[in-house]
Amino acid sequence: MSLIATRDGFGDEIVALGKENKNIFVVDADIGKSCKSAAFAKALPEQHVNVGIAEQSAAGVAAGLATCGIIPFVVTYAAFGSMRMVEMIRQEACYPNLNVKIACSHGGVTPANDGASHQCIEDMGILSTIPNMTVVMPADYQSARKLVRAAAEKYGPVYLRFTRDAVPEIYGPDEQFEIGKAKQLRDGRAAAIIANGDTVRLAVEAAQKLADEGVEVRVLDMHTVKPLDVDAVAAAVNDCGKIVTVEDHNIINGLGAAVACVAADMGKGQVKRIGIQDQFGMSAPYERLLAMNGITTENIVATVQALVKA
Amino acid sequence: MQNISVDELKSIANDLRIKAVDMIFKAQSGHPGGSLSAAEFVTACYFREMNIDPADPKWADRDRFVLSKGHVCPIQYAALATKGYFDVSVLDTLRKEGSILQGHPDMKKCPGIDISTGSLGQGFACGAGMALAGKRQGKDYRVFVVLGDGELDEGEIWEACNVCNKYELDNVVVFVDWNNLQIDGTCDEVMPLLDIGKKFEAFGFEVWNIDGNDMQQMVDTLDEIRDRKNGRPKCIVGKTVKGKGVSYMENVCSWHGTAPNEEQYKQAMMELKGAAV
Repeated sequence: MSLIATRDGFGDEIVALGKENKNIFVVDADIGKSCKSAAFAKALPEQHVNVGIAEQSAAGVAAGLATCGIIPFVVTYAAFGSMRMVEMIRQEACYPNLNVKIACSHGGVTPANDGASHQCIEDMGILSTIPNMTVVMPADYQSARKLVRAAAEKYGPVYLRFTRDAVPEIYGPDEQFEIGKAKQLRDGRAAAIIANGDTVRLAVEAAQKLADEGVEVRVLDMHTVKPLDVDAVAAAVNDCGKIVTVEDHNIINGLGAAVACVAADMGKGQVKRIGIQDQFGMSAPYERLLAMNGITTENIVATVQALVKA
Repeated sequence: MQNISVDELKSIANDLRIKAVDMIFKAQSGHPGGSLSAAEFVTACYFREMNIDPADPKWADRDRFVLSKGHVCPIQYAALATKGYFDVSVLDTLRKEGSILQGHPDMKKCPGIDISTGSLGQGFACGAGMALAGKRQGKDYRVFVVLGDGELDEGEIWEACNVCNKYELDNVVVFVDWNNLQIDGTCDEVMPLLDIGKKFEAFGFEVWNIDGNDMQQMVDTLDEIRDRKNGRPKCIVGKTVKGKGVSYMENVCSWHGTAPNEEQYKQAMMELKGAAV
């Protein structure tokens, strides 16, 4: 199984999209090389803008471009794309519902050795609370490519979250993805594990270990946090009852919170959230940062086992 | 560009002032001071300079107007209604439930609004994006941007200046409404702006320092700017009087965002109608 980062999926797909459609633009803020938009800048200079280290105007310029029929992808790190320019996204992209895409690498704690300033555990919660915004985090290279394309084809503001580190490929190139529709990777009735992004691979590994012990669980790749695939969550609540969510994001306002809201609305089921424990990170290896927050295959297995036994 | 005399423009500016104060009075809410100080630029743009079609507000080749200091929208709404984007009677609905005339401009609700604004410092970058789109798409429209002086406190303004310079957006015309008053006091008290013109020059703009309430100067400046396709963005720093045209509002900070009462309204109407040319 080959390893490749989701940011590379973005970088490859955005070039393909740009070549097909001259209205696809990239608005960089001086970290295009790291966010993998450099190939786009080179191949399609007339569709590329670099505003420098100035995220606020990146969002504003993108909104202005969007009013003229252009589909701009603002490219930066998640920390800056979700917080430094969040009010511009709210006022100039979401409020007027313009066709602006925010494509961020380095989501979660993947910028591990950079420390807490560059890690981003708040972004999907922040952006999910803004009306008109769609929030997506792909789990691997192929799904990143497909979801970038789906974001370009969907009218309206979309936040796409990619990560730095190479992760195993889960999907083949022919797999189809729809924004707002979860992918079921495995079925079972003992419990359901709902994950997104880089943690999907952990969920898959945990499900295999559980299966080895005779516990069959459902695994959902919930790549879209908003609009949440409520039907898939409701089915998991009805079919499995017990749900474990996994995410490289604060457990407040992330995927787990969204899933728990569905169960609460139904008045059914039980949800355990695995994610960043409402604490800042530090410079440390990525796997260590995940482990500090219980985001490990072992903890997913243990959490499911405890739920199933309860 | 439309052929129209300076006297006619003065008369329209006065009429727009009347409409702005009238709608703010009827709403008992809104921002009269900055609406009145920006009247000459707004009038000159809508009634002389801009290439627009009120019957086709989304016309792709139109000139764009960005009211970055969105709170002074009454003066823009007055211009749009007078131009025929919507019926003049709609002005009476300002800030009321269900109105297309929101407290700050909403491009999805109001025809003729090219970008929603209201949070200061943000409109300019959007205008730069529109101008950049025009350059990349080979269109020759221009983008007219109104900035408040207090709004220059916002860092994003200067980020947008960088974009205009880098991408040689000579199709951007910025008007700085330098009335020297913001909410908590004078600009000098709240955050000194130093020489605004020199700042814009340092950011690569061609700058004109004028009396922003003098229609002749406004028209002459816009004439000079029109065909200067030299790669440099344009900035008009207009020294203006906040509350211009209503004596008790002029240069009084508290008229930034206060509606006149009945008596004040009558006096304002008397003064403005008396000033009609």
